[in-house]
Amino acid sequence: MTKDPVLEKGPVLVLGGASDIGLAVARRFAREGHPIQLAARRPEELETAKADIEVRYSVPVSLHAFDALAIHAHEHFIDTLPALPEAVVCVVGLLGDQRESETDLEAAVRVMRSNFEGPAAILGVIANRFEARGSGVIIGVSSVAGDRGRATNYVYGSAKAGFTAFLSGLRNRLAKKSVHVMTVKPGFVATRMTEGMKLPPALTATPEAVADQIYAAVLKKRDVVYAKPVWRAVMGVIGAIPEPIFKKLRI
Amino acid sequence: MREMILKLSGWGRFPQTECVVTRPRNIEELRAALARGPGIARGLGRSYGDSALAPASTIAMTGFRHMLAFDAQTGVLTAEGGVALGDVIESFLPRGFFPPVTPGTKHVTIGGMIAADVHGKNHHKAGSFGAFVDWIDVMGPDGALTRCSRTENADLFAQTIGGMGLTGIIVRAAFRLMRVESGWIRQTSVAAPNLAAAMETFEASADATYSVAWIDCLARGADLGRSILLLGEHARLDELDHPKRAAPFATPRRRMMAAPFDAPSWALNPWSVRAFNALYWRRGVAGAGERLVDWDSYFYPLDAIADWNRIYGRRGFAQFQCVLPLESSKAGLGELLEAISASGQGSFLAVLKRMGAGANAGAGAISFPMEGYTLALDFPASPRALALMERLDAITLAHGGRFYLAKDARMSRSTFERSDSRIAAFREAREAQGFAASFKSLQSGRLSL
Repeated sequence: MTKDPVLEKGPVLVLGGASDIGLAVARRFAREGHPIQLAARRPEELETAKADIEVRYSVPVSLHAFDALAIHAHEHFIDTLPALPEAVVCVVGLLGDQRESETDLEAAVRVMRSNFEGPAAILGVIANRFEARGSGVIIGVSSVAGDRGRATNYVYGSAKAGFTAFLSGLRNRLAKKSVHVMTVKPGFVATRMTEGMKLPPALTATPEAVADQIYAAVLKKRDVVYAKPVWRAVMGVIGAIPEPIFKKLRI
Repeated sequence: MREMILKLSGWGRFPQTECVVTRPRNIEELRAALARGPGIARGLGRSYGDSALAPASTIAMTGFRHMLAFDAQTGVLTAEGGVALGDVIESFLPRGFFPPVTPGTKHVTIGGMIAADVHGKNHHKAGSFGAFVDWIDVMGPDGALTRCSRTENADLFAQTIGGMGLTGIIVRAAFRLMRVESGWIRQTSVAAPNLAAAMETFEASADATYSVAWIDCLARGADLGRSILLLGEHARLDELDHPKRAAPFATPRRRMMAAPFDAPSWALNPWSVRAFNALYWRRGVAGAGERLVDWDSYFYPLDAIADWNRIYGRRGFAQFQCVLPLESSKAGLGELLEAISASGQGSFLAVLKRMGAGANAGAGAISFPMEGYTLALDFPASPRALALMERLDAITLAHGGRFYLAKDARMSRSTFERSDSRIAAFREAREAQGFAASFKSLQSGRLSL
């Protein structure tokens, strides 16, 4: 096992613990000996995942009901955890359907709230607790889709852009308080959400690879991580296209 | 759970076929996948031929990859069928446990190991993997789960071990791990100049925990059957030097190599194979003696080369593995090797192994192992090699031997029927229980199993 001076062996809270990336991240930290707190809307469905992590890695795993959109309950949610975690990984999100979001305002707002408002709110609460304690790592999983709005997914992308900006500001605020904030921007990831889609292999990561990258980046105290790393270049190019040209493209 | 259409093959990449694939993640999804129609469960796709291919419905079990419970007193691990053996080792070797039986790759699932009732280099002492399985939860045609063991639904248990997934879907199982003191193997290699010497060495090494021989299948005349035998023992703590003893399970991580593209068909020819085999023999002779090898290099040498199956080129390869009864082994192996070396259709990796007797030899109703000698070879899937394999089938049958379904991609139904008298009863049970209508692979269709 690698020595882990950043987190010792403190507990790691995974928000969105039922997702493929969330579970992969949980397993990765558990492998290093961290107790795991899995938070999801339906924690009762995570009993097998809990058993799996406990059997594989001999660390305690606790399950917690958590709804990112129930904002008034966030303080209470943190109070009920077995311990204030040393690190939190927020994988909460909702891809939604861009077409649906264009015509159904309710659907659009649900995507915006799930990707920005909810995640930002809970991380804001946790940030204050970490700040008071004087330590902690906050890892927000945003998306490359937030780097530039595109016709095919700008509702999702705009919410992720908001989340990215929130994380950036939080990092700026807490940098002097020994609390590290990391932004993770995955591109394509082979998950249940994308199963059956034809994704370009060179641009597609597995949840396990994303988790490995996140763990390594925490040790190195990285600020912004693209998964796969090639996405930094891809989004650099996409971001550099002048708007008069970009608006006519279909990317 | 989406339906995907994927071009699939076994590890030999022959045959390849488009299959409708579903990847259920829980019992409800698995029921739904099964309700789509007859099909077969697939793990990591390491059976060589068409055992885990079903064009209409191939159910990928890799979503069932949870370990469920472990009892450190008894070493019993309860896990879902899609858990990979490599994951079991990663989690439990640091705690002093190792699989009691392992095939030549760690990239197999527990479900696949049970379905093929796999054997390892310790078969002569330990028996096959099924001997270490306590119980299995099998999903039947109606989607109901049935727990079977030696005392509960014992028929289903025996038919499922080695049953190639044809009795239902292996959802969960409990099996025993064994205690080891380190991650190191004391390996002794012995050069045997011919087949008789190799067999004598096997018989003289009956007490060795592990034994296997690489055999030069292209050597002729007085050299026929020359072999390098590799014997192994789990190293005890007191057999390790100081730095290793301090961290007995910390073996070096092996560097991975990869076969990045399909080898062109001309790369594999009688000369290159003969040269490779001769070189391997000379290195074996020079390196005879004892040394300490890490578990990964000892048990899984080929796992270090990702996609090594590509060295046989685009058309893929076919494995041949038979076992001959002890009394006819010498004559039968001699004839098999004569036929192979005369054809010049050599194999890079020919393996000879003494199999043991007893109740554990083959734990299931149609398990492959029996007491005697097993020979495994691979050939490019060329018309000439396929013709040679028919000849090898005939020699095996003439000597009372049988064939390993996890390797097979091309055997004929009549060969199969003549090789094993237990098949009729297995078929009848499949019909009577309604399994035959629900669980089908390309292989079961080919062999009418």
